[in-house]
Amino acid sequence: MKSIAESIGNEQTHIQAVEKIKNAGRICHVFLPAISALLAIAVELFIHDSGRHAATKHPYFLYVLAIAVICFGIAAAGSFFCKRLQVWLAESSLFFAVVFLVLNVSNVITKKITLLPVIFFPSLDKILSVLFEDWLFLLTCLGSSGKLLFTGFVCGALVGFITGVAVGFCRSAAYWINPLVRILGPIPATAWIPIVLVSFPTTFSASTFLIALAVWFPTAVMTSSGILNVQNAYFEVSSTLGAGRFYQIFKVGIPAAMPHVFLGLFNGMCASFLTLMTAEMLGVKNGIGWYINWQKDMMAYANVYAGLILIAVTFYMLITLLFRVRDHVLVWQKGVIKW
Amino acid sequence: MVGEIKVGSVVKQFFQQDGSEVTALSGVELTIHAGEFVSFIGPSGCGKSTLLRLIAGLDAPTEGQIYIDGAAITSPSYERGLVFQNPMLFPWLDIYHNVSFGLKARGVYTEQKEEVDAFIRLVGLEDFYHSYPHQLSGGMAQRASLARALVNHPKVLLLDEPLGALDAFTRMNMQDELLRIWQERQTTMIMVTHDVDEAIYLSDRVVVMTPRPAKIETCIQVELPRPRARSNTDFLRLRSKILEILNFAGKTYEPDYYL
Ligand SMILES: Nc1ncnc2c1ncn2[C@@H]1O[C@H](COP(=O)(O)OP(=O)(O)OP(=O)(O)O)[C@@H](O)[C@H]1O
Ligand SMILES: [Mg+2]
Repeated sequence: MKSIAESIGNEQTHIQAVEKIKNAGRICHVFLPAISALLAIAVELFIHDSGRHAATKHPYFLYVLAIAVICFGIAAAGSFFCKRLQVWLAESSLFFAVVFLVLNVSNVITKKITLLPVIFFPSLDKILSVLFEDWLFLLTCLGSSGKLLFTGFVCGALVGFITGVAVGFCRSAAYWINPLVRILGPIPATAWIPIVLVSFPTTFSASTFLIALAVWFPTAVMTSSGILNVQNAYFEVSSTLGAGRFYQIFKVGIPAAMPHVFLGLFNGMCASFLTLMTAEMLGVKNGIGWYINWQKDMMAYANVYAGLILIAVTFYMLITLLFRVRDHVLVWQKGVIKW
Repeated sequence: MVGEIKVGSVVKQFFQQDGSEVTALSGVELTIHAGEFVSFIGPSGCGKSTLLRLIAGLDAPTEGQIYIDGAAITSPSYERGLVFQNPMLFPWLDIYHNVSFGLKARGVYTEQKEEVDAFIRLVGLEDFYHSYPHQLSGGMAQRASLARALVNHPKVLLLDEPLGALDAFTRMNMQDELLRIWQERQTTMIMVTHDVDEAIYLSDRVVVMTPRPAKIETCIQVELPRPRARSNTDFLRLRSKILEILNFAGKTYEPDYYL
């Protein structure tokens, strides 16, 4: 009897020990990003800079790390009280910890031991100093790029959508437009630059046209193929319910083709980024692409990286926005298809 | 009373890519009176759905002509509602908007809004107004598609195995609902079914079809008083008679296999 009781007791202490380890593990896990950022701070503070690194006005990297430590520290502490924070951290704490580790390593390489040529691979401090000190000018560039991109994308998407619907529903439209789409579509929009730049009055209108062209093709192709792929039975059902031709186009064909349309818009958006950058690097005299090219010519690589970071963030946000819109329009697809 | 369908010696052939042709219907001749409830019964693949599609106006007969109230049928119309063999709900619309589709398409939605609620309640989907079709079970989807066709108040309702996907209990309920709607609205009902009991329980006339190419084998008038009891001796006698004919109809087909 005694031994059984003892073994049960042992069992319990064992379980408790396991629980404790698990808890400790969870606490560690939650604090991982803050710890990783702290480590980066330690490295930054205690390892001497290489002689080849020219100091910046402020230790920006240190500031960023400090802010990160504070934010993630608070988030980790808050996760013991707030369910949502806990869920978010459980999923992403490892990711951010690794991000800080990577930044840490790159800081060591570019600033502490300068393993790579300093001109082409400036330290994070340098890049951050551009972002912090030159932000107004960068934003102006971003603004003019954005104006161009927006105008071009909206025009291209609209015309592409209309073209796709016409091809999808109207035989004679398909007869004339299909060859056009097939011949002009695959030519990269940027290949038109030499012609377009001389035939439009302003570089703005020329670039808008190029971007619109780049968006037009995928949108038109995907919209028309979406409509042609709608099951005929849906049109049959709607006609036995009393729907006329136009009602069928707008309430059956187009909604059913929407998943394809968004695929086309997504491809179009990627193409528009590409065209925007090329157009700006070749002809337009402002915008973020032009800025990068200009800074490259001046061998100011810190500014080039700053520009790239800005582009990455902006494009990421635009794609996310498109996905949000898609999720909103295609709620009916939730749980049916994932892409 | 309107909704008389006259099928005048209709032949339907399908031409396939390889040049061969399939004769789905070979000379079907039938008159369905206004307000009659007719069931088609016959082996799978014989051409029942094809006939319904012709009456709906979705396909044109290869030979012959179909008339509604004396006028030739040339195109689909909301007056001939069709419930497809699979529900075919619009996946991008929730149940409410699926059911109200016909009213909106015809531009009478604002006047007849209450109908939508009434029919959704009738098929027992009032808790699923805002569900999307992929969130429904097969039987629920079939009921929704029934409501979608009913909401238009068609003169003729074409039902292609509408209750096939339902469990026995819901099925009996829906049968009674169909009868109620039929009696209330005097709609002409044309139903395809595989269930002999269902055919006898519901119909004024059971049309038995031969295997492909389909012809009408026999028409059996069901003269039992309504409401019908499924265990009534006359009911059972009729049932075994139809089964016998079906079995016989099957036998004429068999040599094809043995050859
Ligand atoms: N669009 C088509 N093209 C070619 N053949 C077809 C087409 N539609 C139907 N058929 C043929 O016509 C015949 C009858 O088909 P139908 O769908 O009317 O059968 P059914 O009686 O409804 O069968 P089930 O009870 O299984 O639904 C079948 O042999 C089928 O192969
Ligand atoms: Mg069928």
